[in-house]
Amino acid sequence: MEWGTELMGDLLAGKRILVTGVITDASIGFQVAKRAQEEGAEVVLTGFGRLSLVNRIANRLPKPAPVIELDATNPEHLAALADNVRAHVPALDGVVHSIAFGPKDALGGNFLNTEWSDVATAVEVSAYSLKSLTMACLPLIEANKGRGGSVVGLDFDAQVAWPGYDWMGVAKAALESTSRYLAKYLGEKNIRVNLISSGPVKTMAANSIPGFEKFEGVWNEKAPLGWDLRDSDPAARGVCALLSDWFPKTTGEVIHVDGGLHAIGA
Amino acid sequence: MAASQEEVLTGLADIVNEIAGVPQDEVELDKSFIDDLDVDSLSMVEVVVAAEEKFEVKIPDDDVKGLKTVRDAVDYIVKAAA
Ligand SMILES: NC(=O)c1ccc[n+]([C@@H]2O[C@H](COP(=O)([O-])OP(=O)(O)OC[C@H]3O[C@@H](n4cnc5c(N)ncnc54)[C@H](O)[C@@H]3O)[C@@H](O)[C@H]2O)c1
Repeated sequence: MEWGTELMGDLLAGKRILVTGVITDASIGFQVAKRAQEEGAEVVLTGFGRLSLVNRIANRLPKPAPVIELDATNPEHLAALADNVRAHVPALDGVVHSIAFGPKDALGGNFLNTEWSDVATAVEVSAYSLKSLTMACLPLIEANKGRGGSVVGLDFDAQVAWPGYDWMGVAKAALESTSRYLAKYLGEKNIRVNLISSGPVKTMAANSIPGFEKFEGVWNEKAPLGWDLRDSDPAARGVCALLSDWFPKTTGEVIHVDGGLHAIGA
Repeated sequence: MAASQEEVLTGLADIVNEIAGVPQDEVELDKSFIDDLDVDSLSMVEVVVAAEEKFEVKIPDDDVKGLKTVRDAVDYIVKAAA
């Protein structure tokens, strides 16, 4: 079913949103940025490592979006982030965390032998970075005077064990918990922190997970609503919904955008 | 945009030079991107993105794996742009 591809609205009109994690046009972050722009948001991107590629991909968005360099594990980048964002927008209403990385040894069935240093990298880049990014953006969210803000991250269901996902699964469990604690500590500032738990999407990150193709069969068979591995739009729309004003009292939540698979036992 | 093999090769050599720093004249038809030209996987992604823009073609991810040599890429683009 092809629907809503031409959807344009004002769900995010007037909102200023920082989107991380764009590296190709298959990136979930790319589709989030695109949808957010189409819904009226002003989008600022951050890019990691290969900025020339991120800039080329940014040019494929409906509207121009500046790209700021951010390695989410680099304290100097984090410290400079607020000022770098302020060069483009005076405040932020939303922040999208679409960042994950697991070293090769942390994925693909090597679980029992993975060294701590590789696990530490996976957890630092994929979970702790939600805290680092949120705190780096805090002054900008506070700059919008009581309107609060919405922080949204991308999760892959960590309640169960998956083939080959291994220590990334552990990192996602840490991400889920990190988002709950952020929700707890930032609620008084009216900042909501939530995750979209997406079904599998063929992106660069996914391609580095050995056996990722096997998920296709699982989703085809089990997801009540069906699932398309090539479509990052369902996840992106879920993110935009959480960025909007329509989840005003939802925080610390994990919303599944997975065709319903999480609800099905067998 | 219809383009000849020669035009695509020249354009592609410029792209590979810009992105991976390989001298244009080393970008020859029978060279392998990864083994001969040392283009790493992220650079290859960027080469593809730049080629899509320059030649106004779409190269789906699943097809990129098949582009092992410069000739593979040139032929693909010539066909896609025809
Ligand atoms: N693809 C899937 O199947 C799937 C499913 C559920 C959740 N997710 C999550 O979605 C998010 C985005 O991944 P994607 O699938 O779009 O893949 P992707 O490869 O397009 O994006 C991953 C991004 O993480 C960035 N990144 C890696 N290390 C970084 C660092 N140190 N600092 C800043 N950025 C860094 C990369 O540059 C890249 O842009 C991730 O959190 C991923 O776990 C993906």
